[in-house]
Amino acid sequence: MSESFFRFVLNNRLLVIFLAIAISLLMGSGVQHLAFSNDYRMFFSEDNPQLKAFEQLQNTYTKNDNVLFVIAPKDGKVFTHETLSAVKALTKESWQIPYSLRVDSITNFQYTYAEGDDLIVEDLVLDPQALSAEQLVEKQRIATSDPLLVNRLVSPSAHTTGVNVTVQLPGKKLTEVPEVAERAREMAKSIEEAYPNIDVHLTGMVMMNNAFPSASQDDMTSLYPLMFIAVILVLVVMLRSIPGTLSTVIIIILMIIATMGLTGWFGIKMSPPTTTVPIVIMTLAIADCVHILVNFLHFMRDGENKYQAMMESLRINLQPIFLTTLTTAIGFLSLNFSEAPPFRDLGNMAAMGVVLAFFLSVTFLPAMMMLLPVKALSGDTLGSIAMGHFAEFVVRYKKQLLWGMGMVVLLLISQIPNNRLDDQFVKYFDETIDFRQATDFATDNLTGIYLIEYSLESGETGGISDPQFLKRVEEFAQWYRQQPHVLHVNSITDIMKRLNRNMHEDLDDWYRLPDQRDLSAQYLLLYEFSLPYGLDLNNQINVKKSATRFSVTMESISTTQLLRIEESAQAWLQENAPGMRINGASPTIMFAHIGSRNIIAMLKGTTLALVMISLILIFALRSLRVGGLSLVPNLVPLGMAFGLWGLFVGEVGLALSVVSGMTLGIVVDDTVHFLSKYLRARREKSMGREDAVRYAFSTVGTALWVTSLVLMVGFGILAFSHFQLNAGMGLLTAITLGLALVADFLFLPPLLIYFGGKKS
Amino acid sequence: MKPFSVSLLLLLTPALTLAMTAEERGLEIATEIEARDTGFHDFKATMSMLLRNKHGEESLRDMRNQTLEVENDGDKTLVVFDEPRDVKGTALLSFSHKVGDDDQWLYLPALKRVKRIASRNKSGPFMGSEFAYEDISSQEVEKYTYKFIEESEYEGTPCFLIERYPVDPNSGYTRQQVWVDQERYIALKIDYYDRKNAPLKTLVFRGYRQYLDQYWRADEMFMENHQTGKSTLLTWKEYNFRTGLTDGDFNKNSLKRAR
Repeated sequence: MSESFFRFVLNNRLLVIFLAIAISLLMGSGVQHLAFSNDYRMFFSEDNPQLKAFEQLQNTYTKNDNVLFVIAPKDGKVFTHETLSAVKALTKESWQIPYSLRVDSITNFQYTYAEGDDLIVEDLVLDPQALSAEQLVEKQRIATSDPLLVNRLVSPSAHTTGVNVTVQLPGKKLTEVPEVAERAREMAKSIEEAYPNIDVHLTGMVMMNNAFPSASQDDMTSLYPLMFIAVILVLVVMLRSIPGTLSTVIIIILMIIATMGLTGWFGIKMSPPTTTVPIVIMTLAIADCVHILVNFLHFMRDGENKYQAMMESLRINLQPIFLTTLTTAIGFLSLNFSEAPPFRDLGNMAAMGVVLAFFLSVTFLPAMMMLLPVKALSGDTLGSIAMGHFAEFVVRYKKQLLWGMGMVVLLLISQIPNNRLDDQFVKYFDETIDFRQATDFATDNLTGIYLIEYSLESGETGGISDPQFLKRVEEFAQWYRQQPHVLHVNSITDIMKRLNRNMHEDLDDWYRLPDQRDLSAQYLLLYEFSLPYGLDLNNQINVKKSATRFSVTMESISTTQLLRIEESAQAWLQENAPGMRINGASPTIMFAHIGSRNIIAMLKGTTLALVMISLILIFALRSLRVGGLSLVPNLVPLGMAFGLWGLFVGEVGLALSVVSGMTLGIVVDDTVHFLSKYLRARREKSMGREDAVRYAFSTVGTALWVTSLVLMVGFGILAFSHFQLNAGMGLLTAITLGLALVADFLFLPPLLIYFGGKKS
Repeated sequence: MKPFSVSLLLLLTPALTLAMTAEERGLEIATEIEARDTGFHDFKATMSMLLRNKHGEESLRDMRNQTLEVENDGDKTLVVFDEPRDVKGTALLSFSHKVGDDDQWLYLPALKRVKRIASRNKSGPFMGSEFAYEDISSQEVEKYTYKFIEESEYEGTPCFLIERYPVDPNSGYTRQQVWVDQERYIALKIDYYDRKNAPLKTLVFRGYRQYLDQYWRADEMFMENHQTGKSTLLTWKEYNFRTGLTDGDFNKNSLKRAR
C-alpha cells in the first residue's frame, strides 16, 4: 500500500508539491491570530492552589500588580530640593498611568502628627522647594525611621527612593500591559530629562509582564536566523547536495508556518517557552529529511536511477521515521501533564510540528527531489571506515565499557540530589534584559521584589482592633523582622502604634499598641476620615475589618530558602496564634511551588510516555527482551544529564523539570535506529551478537552521530536565549542528547552483546 | 400643571436652550435641582451601608443622620455611628460650605474627646465603603462647574445628561456625568471618572419617594466600583422632615451628647 502511495507521489510531483504548499499555507494563515501572553500568571493553571490563594487575597484587598520607579540621584541624596521635586512631580503624574489605583511615595506618604488636640494627616512633603536645610534633615529622619517606608520606598541611607504605582488591570486586552509600561517609560524619560541629577529604573510586576513578549521577540530575531544559518551549514556539509539542502530548507519553512498557523487557529497564546518551538521542530525535521536523503543519495551513488533510489530509500525509512515521529510526539505530548500551561503549549505545538514534518518529508521531499536535477557524488567512505574501526573498539573492550560506563552512569546519577529547586522569577531573564537590570538595581539599592503575603484573620467582625489580635500580629512582625534575608515587613500595627502616639501628644512612650479595642477602632476611623483619595486602608484591611494584610519583602534568595522561612513562619503561627494561621500567598510563593509541583506532574507524564514508548518499541521490534533492554539507553542519558547538572550547576526549576518528557521521545529515536538494524542483522542475516553490533554501527552509525550533532546544535542554540528558562532547558536537553549518543555508542552495544538475545 | 402650560413650555424650551451655552444650561439645571430641594429646613434619617468586596465578603455599617439646612451656605450634618460595635457612639459633625473646605469634627467616645479632622482630604472612602465623603455630603451648586451634554434617558425616564467638574483640587474625580430626571429634577445615575479620566464608579439611585409633597429622597443608593469590583449599597430609612432641629444641635457639645 505504501509503495503505491509513494509511486503516486513520485509520478505526480507537481500536484504533490502544490498540495503540500497549499495545505501548509492554509494552516499557516492562522498566524494572524497569534498573540503573545504578557502576564506572569500564564505559568499557572487555573486550579493551581497557590494562584487561587493569591487571587483570593487580592479579591479581599486590592490587586498588587505594580510599577515601581526606582529613583537614584547621582549625588546619592534623596532629601534635596531637586530630588524631592522630581519625586513629587512623578507622584502626581503617576495618577495618570492607565489603570492606576494608588500611588505611594515619600512625598505623598500620609504623615501624622499631633497639633494641640488635633490629629494632622498630611503629605510628608507638600512643597519641596519651600523646605529649609533643617527641614530636609527632619524629613529624612522621619522617612528613614518609619517602618512603613524604610527598605520599601526609601533606602536606610536615603540614597535611593521609589514611587510605587499599584495598577488594577482589567485583564480584557493584551494591550493593557504595554500601555502601562509605555506610559511609565515615557514618564521616567521625561523625569530624567527634567532632572539631570536623577536616574530612574523601572521594575515591578507590570514591567516584568511586559518583558515576557519583548524578551521572546528578541529571542526570535536573534536565535532564529542563527538557527537557519547553522541548519544550512550542517546540511550542505552533510548532504553535499544543493537540491537536498534546498528541499529540506523549504520543508522547514513550510512546517514552521503551518505549525505557527495551527497555533493561532487553536488560540494558543505565545509565551517565552513556546518561542523555542520553531527551533525544536526545525531540528527534528532535519533528522527525517537527512535519513531519507542520505539513503537516497547513497543508492544513487550505487548506480540506481533517481526513481528507484527514492523508492528504495522511502521503503527502508518509512517504518523507522514513522516510529520515531510517533515516539517523539508521545514524548512532547507528555508535557500536557505539566503544571505550567506554556509547557503544555510547547509540547502540543512541537508534537504538531513533528507530525507535519513527517508528512512533508514523505511527500514534498521526494517530489521535490524528483523535480530537481540531482547528481550523485562519489566518496563518503571515510565515515563508514571510521565507524568500522569504532565498532571494533566497542566489541573488543565490551567488558571494560560495560563496567566503566556502568560506573560512570551510577556516579552521575548519584549526583542528582545536588540539584536544588529554584524559581526566582526575576532570574528567568538574563542580565541583558532591562527589567532584570532595573530589578537587580532595585534589589541592591532600595527594596526586594520577592514578597510573602498573609491575610491574618482575627475571626470576628471588627476584630482587627482587638488588642490581643494586634499583639499577635505585632509579635509576628517582630519574629519576621528577626529572620535572615527579610528586608521589610508591612503591618497595620505600625500605623496603630503611630496613631496612639499621635493621640498622646506625640510622646514616644505611647508608641505602642492601644490597649482598648474601641479605642483602636476609633483611631482608625479618625485616620481613615483623614486620608486622601487613593491612599485609604482598603488595601490592608478587609471590609469586615476582621482581617489585615501582612506583607514581607525578602531579599533575592533561592525559593527553596524562601519556602523554608515561610515554613518556620507557619510553625510560629501554629504555636503562637493558631487562629491566624494561613499559608503565605504571592507570586513569589506561586513560583516557589511551581518547580516541585511540575516535577511531580511531569514524573507522571514521563512515566506514562515511557510505558507507551516501551510498548511501541517491544511491538515494533517484536522482541520483549530487546525492547526491555531499550529502557536502559532511553533512561540513562536523562539520569546522567541531571547528575552532571547537579555536579556543575545545581539549580533546577520549572523549565528543567520538563526536559525529561521532552528528551525522552527524541532519545528513543537513536535507540530505535540502532536496535532495528541490530535486529535486522540478527534475524535476516543470522549474524551473531557481535557481528550484529558491527552491522548496526556500519549502517546507522554515521547517521546517528550526525543527527545527534544537529540536535545538539539546535538545542544548544537555545542556550543563547535571553530567557533563562529557555537557555537552561536548551542546554540540559543538548547535554541529554549528547549523553544519549554516548549511551547508544558505548553502553548499549556491550549490553546487547551480553544480554541481547540467544546466541544463534 | 395644566395641559396648556405644558405645551407652552415644550414650545419655549428649544428656543430658550438655543440661546444658552452648554455651560449655562448645565448650571441652570444644577441650580434648578437645588432650588427645588430648598426649604426642607431639617430632616432625620437612618442610613445603613452594605459593603461587598470582589471576594463576596459583606459587611454592614449602621448610622443615623440629621441634617440642618443653612441659608446661603452648605448644610450642617451630624452622623452618629451605631454599627460596627467598636465605633458605636462615634459621631461626625460636618459643616458643608459653598466655597472652601468643609469643616469636620469627630467625637471619639473611647477617648471622650472631639477631634477636628484637620485634613483637606475629603475624597477618601467613607467608613471603608465605596462612597467618598464628597459623594454623600451636601451637593452645593458652587462645588462644581457644569456642562449640559444632551437630552437622554435612563431606564425609560427622559433625562438631562449633564457633566460636572469638581472645584476642589483635592477631589478624587475629574468629572461626573449625572442623569437628571427632566420632570422631577433629581439625579438618577452618576458616573464618576477618576483623576486620569477613567470610569471609576457608578452610583444608581433607586426608590425615590416624595416627602412633604416636594422633596425627593431615594431609598437606596448603589455604588459600584468598576476598577476594584467592590460595591456598597446605602439604604436610607425612617425619613423625618422638619423635626425642629436647630443650630444648637450641631456643635461640638451636641456631638458629645449625640449617642
